[in-house]
Amino acid sequence: MSKLSPVLSAHWDEPDSFTIAGYKRHGGYNAAIKALAMQPDEVITLIKDSGLRGRGGAGFPTGLKWSFIPQGDGKEHYLVINADESEPGTCKDTPLLMANPHVLLEGMIIASYAIRANQAFIYIRGEVVHVVRRVQQAIAEAYSAGLLGKNIGGTGFDLDIILHVGAGAYICGEETALLDSLEGFRGQPRLRPPFPAIAGLYARPTVVNNVESIASVPAIIARGNDWFQTMGTEKSRGFTLYSLSGHVTNPGQIEAPLGITLRELLELAGGVRAGHTLKFWTPGGSSTPLFTAEHLDVPLDYEGVAAAGSMLGTKALQIFDETTCIVRAVLRWTEFYKHESCGKCTPCREGTWWLVQIIRDLEAGKGVPADLDKLIDITNNIAGRSFCALADGAASPIISSIKYFRSEYEAHLTHGGCPFDPMASTLFSTAVHA
Amino acid sequence: MTTETAVEIEMITVVIDGFDVTVPKGTLVIRAAEKLGIEIPRFCDHPLLAPVGACRQCLVEIEINGRAFPKPQASCTIPVENGMIVKTQLTSEVSDKAQKGVMELLLINHPLDCPVCDKGGECPLQNQAMSNGREQTRYEGVKRTYEKPFAISSQVLLDRERCVLCARCTRFSEEIAGDPFITLNERGALQQVGIYEKDPFLSYFSGNTVQICPVGALTGASYRFRSRPFDLVSTPSACEHCASGCAMRTDIRRGKTLRRLAGEDHEVNEEWNCDKGRWAFKYISSKERVTHPMIRGDDGELHEASWPEALARAAAGLKGKSAGVLVGGRSTIEDAYAYAKFARMALNTNDIDFRARPHSAEEAAFLAFHAVDTVPASLANTNRPSYRDIDRADHVLLVDFEPEDESPIVFLRMYKQARKRGLKITSIASVASRGSEKLGATVLSSLGLLASVGALTEKSVILVGERAAEVSGRFTELIALAESSGSKLGWVPRRAGEVGALMAGAIGNLLPGGRPVTDPAARVDIQSAWGVEKIPSIPGRSTAEILEAANEGRINAVIVGGVDPLDISADALSQLLNSSTFVLSLEISHSAITAIADVVLPVAAVPEKSGTFLNWEHRPRTFEKAITDSLTRSDTRILSALADEMGTPINLPSATAAAKELQSIGLWDGERSVRPSADVIHAAELKAGQAILQSWRLLLDLGTLQGGEENLAGTARPAEVVISQSRANQIGVVNGNDVMVSTERGSITLPVRIGEISDSNIWLPRNSVGSQCVASLGAASGLIVTVVKA
Repeated sequence: MSKLSPVLSAHWDEPDSFTIAGYKRHGGYNAAIKALAMQPDEVITLIKDSGLRGRGGAGFPTGLKWSFIPQGDGKEHYLVINADESEPGTCKDTPLLMANPHVLLEGMIIASYAIRANQAFIYIRGEVVHVVRRVQQAIAEAYSAGLLGKNIGGTGFDLDIILHVGAGAYICGEETALLDSLEGFRGQPRLRPPFPAIAGLYARPTVVNNVESIASVPAIIARGNDWFQTMGTEKSRGFTLYSLSGHVTNPGQIEAPLGITLRELLELAGGVRAGHTLKFWTPGGSSTPLFTAEHLDVPLDYEGVAAAGSMLGTKALQIFDETTCIVRAVLRWTEFYKHESCGKCTPCREGTWWLVQIIRDLEAGKGVPADLDKLIDITNNIAGRSFCALADGAASPIISSIKYFRSEYEAHLTHGGCPFDPMASTLFSTAVHA
Repeated sequence: MTTETAVEIEMITVVIDGFDVTVPKGTLVIRAAEKLGIEIPRFCDHPLLAPVGACRQCLVEIEINGRAFPKPQASCTIPVENGMIVKTQLTSEVSDKAQKGVMELLLINHPLDCPVCDKGGECPLQNQAMSNGREQTRYEGVKRTYEKPFAISSQVLLDRERCVLCARCTRFSEEIAGDPFITLNERGALQQVGIYEKDPFLSYFSGNTVQICPVGALTGASYRFRSRPFDLVSTPSACEHCASGCAMRTDIRRGKTLRRLAGEDHEVNEEWNCDKGRWAFKYISSKERVTHPMIRGDDGELHEASWPEALARAAAGLKGKSAGVLVGGRSTIEDAYAYAKFARMALNTNDIDFRARPHSAEEAAFLAFHAVDTVPASLANTNRPSYRDIDRADHVLLVDFEPEDESPIVFLRMYKQARKRGLKITSIASVASRGSEKLGATVLSSLGLLASVGALTEKSVILVGERAAEVSGRFTELIALAESSGSKLGWVPRRAGEVGALMAGAIGNLLPGGRPVTDPAARVDIQSAWGVEKIPSIPGRSTAEILEAANEGRINAVIVGGVDPLDISADALSQLLNSSTFVLSLEISHSAITAIADVVLPVAAVPEKSGTFLNWEHRPRTFEKAITDSLTRSDTRILSALADEMGTPINLPSATAAAKELQSIGLWDGERSVRPSADVIHAAELKAGQAILQSWRLLLDLGTLQGGEENLAGTARPAEVVISQSRANQIGVVNGNDVMVSTERGSITLPVRIGEISDSNIWLPRNSVGSQCVASLGAASGLIVTVVKA
């Protein structure tokens, strides 16, 4: 059996995969027509039963989220798609929307119908202009084809989709900050409760879902839960996109059943770059605690990764070989979190600002080994103390890297600076050295 | 007041640090802990602002029914639940470490400038850093700095490096004042409070942000670097600026008022006040203060004199004369009572009036019929509202009353309900004000249109302002409306002393305690209390009538207590200039009256005396002397000495004596005064280019008591003339063009704003820079003016 399970990415290699014609050639929008003939609650139940969990990182059951929307409350309901993919290393939604935007739109039609929303939004990060254009084009095509707008396919169901382009803030990937931003305010996370399902966008019941979660819905509707559940593990059903980047021979997206291991994925991707060995990796982007070579056989599903002390996250597998200085890598990530901290709460705002200074000093070889304990203590004063999970993410690489590579930190202090050749870790180093 | 309806409130018992505490459902953990005397440190938390959980200083361990939260929780955001066990810093190492960790982070970028910071000594950051912080910082880097101070308005300065970004100021401005002129800008460690560059912090309530700032980031320009909190002597006080009745705190150093803060009174101003109340106190230490008694000499000039000389001269000037008394609207009830008693006993007249503003006979009748307290309550109109009635109202009708400008705490109370539950508000006004817009009020040009917004009910509140006296028939209509609907009808005058003066009998138709002058039984009450055989029985003249009589020589002596003649009318001063009229002026500062007075006696300003104001609800607002070593004397004491000098003692040596005597006289329990009755007068025909003048006073304007405070004046709303679109088309102007408004007397030229106003009206601020209606045009309202493009 092939380890691959191409569903979302099945036709990415076709030149017109992003057009409505290309999408329909493979049965596109049939699932929407099928769903619109069902009762909305049946759709919710089907997705609930499928075991589909959120692909944005937290893994919350998608159908359950939909079922939280109070029905018959006389209020507008909204579906909001989180396409603000900004986590370092994460590159699944962007290529998906580039190659197949219609699968998201079809999923949105189904999800909106299920939660009784007539208005849906896609919040997309503004940096990916080319993707924005493709999604815009796709929306226009869907309207022309009568798949969006009034009375879709003669079913009486109305849906309008608005594409909103974010202005470039990592925090806007946090669902409540995203809603604030979508409403036109500065993106900062909101106090919960009320949860978005009760008072989300414009204080109306709102479902916020990741692109990949919603894009997975049409296939489930079309092919059924039995098919969906042949893939994945007991509590992590189905297929998903793993993004491999860094020191890997063939970086990119690999669509596979949940529960695949990095060892298997590396085989599919041609292995760690030639002549090098795996040093450490992130299972789900930089906010998830690091893994090392000893974790090569950890099943990459929600439970497996958690049991090994990290999080599946966005399945962004950043691969680092032995040429990489752990301190330098962690400093880069920490600088990112400092830059992206929204400023609302003290631990994240002040803490990430301070952490950068401490790690910068460590990288430069300034300090004494006891400073590492100070770094851990300060990091622990930030993690779990802040308003949202951003600071927890910032703490993850620091705590986990010291756990696995404390001696490497200390080497910086005894060496009086970084003992690594930074050039050696670059992808073009082989060319230079050759 | 009606009795509270008992509402079943579910009570919840939680365990905090091993102690049970039972609190109403919905109480936040941080507040439940307070009930046990357990203080959890906090910055962003404020009991009157919505929880935000931003500073993370109040982290505690919480478990519910045996299930512990995996992380410490912000106790300012979590409501109590049954089965909850809370461990604060006192019993949990995790909580203690979490709090110390947050405190360390707050301090890494906070300057160590406490010795020069205004907040030093009363600073929550300073205090909590001591109580809940580490002994030493581990931070070794360079602290974040900004250019400082940054003026977010002329009166509020921002030191960004001191800011802990708790967002109290921005939340107050949005949630309480409805003035979101300040926001948090930028992100991460560069996040900062700021303004949009074209919109400074022009809020009437901005001073509250300085008071609730938990660090020294926001400071008042007028107080900055003037004092240390531990050098100040604080006295609870009451605000003298309007009839809202704010509790205040006056801070004095070496006999000088350096600062005034909003006091706490949850029935009235909660913890807020307006910027006028907070910052308009420079008049007390003004160079224009009258410091000594003065007598006009044969040379026509005023000369300083001793008190015995001045009192003798004043007594001689009044004795045997036909006299009138103009009390002014800013007296305490004690001082007003002294004037009332002095007029009846020493001058044998009812010619006394506290109304130094446009007034009418209909108004006097309304006040006697509806606005006075009497006993038993059933006899009088019990249907008068309080702040609480606003909280519960289904509809508030404002009539000739702009709360944001004329009684700002009434505005805040209404805004709170408008924001919280969409309180329905209707305003009878000539033009939609900014205050009305913030309240979401439906603005109607006349009472006749009220049916369009739905009927009033017994749960409705009608608030009528003093400007109703400028509209004939208004009070008559309102009494009928209140009676037919069962709504509560409240009178909200602008000045702090008017309600007290009314109850003290400082008006021609009423004796102290709401007694009708014309009622023999009422006079007997007073005669027996005062130990006199007879007091005058003819209703007295109003302010305008007193001045007219003075002009015509029928009155030949006038006592003026701190009145600006231009507040009354354009002719008031010239009417007093009749050379045979003896003018005695009791005032705190030199004024237009000083210039013509025969004798001037200096009186104490509010911080220099004790006394009581009655606010618009008739709630007593008693205050003590804040400047204890002041040598100035209250009006009461001076009038008592003057009465002694005239041989007709009134025996009121102090405010306390006056208060006691008024108390012992009690309220009227006899027949109610007759109801007001006046006809509605229809507007005159207008020719092309003509309009009817409408105006009111903005909160911050050229008011006498705002003198000398330039920082405050800098936040006044700029004067503009408001006209309708069709008038703008007729005279060919667009927004911002200059328009000239004129009468035979003079003109006012201002930029125009096209607004929601009837085509026949134009609106001007009554007494602002560049727009003094009475002085320039001849009257405050109702006047026919000519409007042309300037």
